[in-house]
Amino acid sequence: MRQSFYLAYRYISYHSIRSLVLIVSIGLIVYLPVGLKKLISESEAQMLRRARSTPLVVGAKGSPTDLVINALYFQQEQKDHITMEVVETVNDTGFGDAIPISSMFSARNFPIVGTDPGYFQFRKLSIESGRWMSFVGECVIGSAVAANLNIGEGDSLVSSPENFFDLAGVYPLKMLVVGVLNQSDSPDDRAVFVDIKTNWVIMGLGHGHEDLAENYDPAIVLERDSNIVKAGAKLYMYNAINGDNLDRFHFHGDIKSYPLSSMIFIPKDHKSETIFRGRFESGVFPQQAVVPEEVVNHLLQGIFRIKQVFNTVFVLVGLATALILALIVALSVRLRKNEIYTMFTIGSSQLKVFEIIAFELIILAASSVVFASLLYSITGLFVDDFIHNFII
Amino acid sequence: MINLSNIYFHYPDSDFRLEIDELHFSSRSKNAVIGPSGFGKTTLLNLISGISIPQKGSVNVNEVSVDTLSDAERRTFRLKNIGFVFQDFKLLEYLKVIDNILIPFRINKALVYKPELKEKAGHIASLLNIDDKLFKFPNKLSQGERQRVAICRALLNDPPIILADEPTGNLDPENKQKIMRMLFDYVDEKDSLLITVTHDHELLQGFHRIVDFQELYKK
Repeated sequence: MRQSFYLAYRYISYHSIRSLVLIVSIGLIVYLPVGLKKLISESEAQMLRRARSTPLVVGAKGSPTDLVINALYFQQEQKDHITMEVVETVNDTGFGDAIPISSMFSARNFPIVGTDPGYFQFRKLSIESGRWMSFVGECVIGSAVAANLNIGEGDSLVSSPENFFDLAGVYPLKMLVVGVLNQSDSPDDRAVFVDIKTNWVIMGLGHGHEDLAENYDPAIVLERDSNIVKAGAKLYMYNAINGDNLDRFHFHGDIKSYPLSSMIFIPKDHKSETIFRGRFESGVFPQQAVVPEEVVNHLLQGIFRIKQVFNTVFVLVGLATALILALIVALSVRLRKNEIYTMFTIGSSQLKVFEIIAFELIILAASSVVFASLLYSITGLFVDDFIHNFII
Repeated sequence: MINLSNIYFHYPDSDFRLEIDELHFSSRSKNAVIGPSGFGKTTLLNLISGISIPQKGSVNVNEVSVDTLSDAERRTFRLKNIGFVFQDFKLLEYLKVIDNILIPFRINKALVYKPELKEKAGHIASLLNIDDKLFKFPNKLSQGERQRVAICRALLNDPPIILADEPTGNLDPENKQKIMRMLFDYVDEKDSLLITVTHDHELLQGFHRIVDFQELYKK
């Protein structure tokens, strides 16, 4: 047996490229169904875990799926917004606590999430290095953002314009990174957290510029009366907030009317939750309050239907592969006719030749399984990408 | 001692026939078999080694009736008693020279593989001037070098009978003489029996007996 294994190993080593192609092909065929199953199962578990940990999400009426995905995964822009006033009204009901969420912008392809300190307590997020943000213009980044962009405490991040056609409307803001979060294996790892006011600065609702009270440059000050100063486009707007210009940043209008994409609501108890939801269903509140678990379950049902299709496809592909492999083995034995005859003439039996070929197949199959296992073991690393690219 | 009597052999779907009334090879002898192509010289070696069995007649090798042995017994008999230098060398392309020399010990339990065989293989290879080729694949060798690998494999087990099918066919004159001298020395040293098929009449001098197949048929 040992000698047969040795000869089989020598044959495979000599035909290394051919063997490698076979190992990779068989390995992929073995891996695909189990890998995809793991990917879907882990994605499902991760999505449900996130959804289950979030009791209620409140947002403008529209697609509940978009609302939940925006509030939980910071994807899918919410077209309709709620206002800060809704947060205050909801808090005033006494049924629980509301956490504002504003996920409208991004910085180097990572979502900027405007919220308040209650969010970090609610999600049990902790700081790995640095500190929490204290001032407008500061941000705390998730572990994946830090790793991907290779930035950390003391570096800066510039918000991206909302889109190409909005260049004039939204100024990029240079934010100071003051902390990096511990890894949480959740979408929080891929987010840039700012105070809700910083988010409004990015929106253009708050801004900072040079003092106009003592400025008499006619190119800058277009009109001045006792209450109002009208400035022209030449007025220098600050694109970063720091200790020197912090005082010059201000908001125009009533903050209560400022937009939020959604809010997370944490009811005090089950009764409070029931009454709270009832107020939305009865129209007392014109917005919608949804249970993320229900929405995510509904979303995943569609994925499971696709999984069934995949399973059928994989059975057929596996069958076709098995037939092709059988053909390859048959053709290979035929091509090796001279070699097998040589073995016979030297003194080998048919059984011995069969044993050597069987060992070759076993080595190839075992290597394929090892390759498939390696792929399987790293599948977990792609769950986040899979969720972002194929589910939400 | 080898004795063939009343042999009739033909390949299926072929017009070829080999008929031998009586043919005898003595122990400790050096025999050359000559004759035109297609007269059955290689077939004779195949019959003696048990690779082929006659439809009629008997093949007796060292008191063993080869034609009555089973397939497995013939293989074992061949491995233990006969060193066969094939005309087309029969080297396995995926094995390095050293593994090709050792292959008889890896494919049948009749010969037990031992690590010290490598040393012996290296010694025979050095006598044949191919010791620097032991870790090369056959496709990196010249025809003459491959032929010497085949001879090395045939001698490794110290067989009492050497069957060599044109063992010098691809060698230059200097190597031809060297190989034949080595085979003769082996026969003298081990008291073996050598049967060589050859077309090269210049080599016939050192043989005890020359069997001309053309003459055999005339009889």
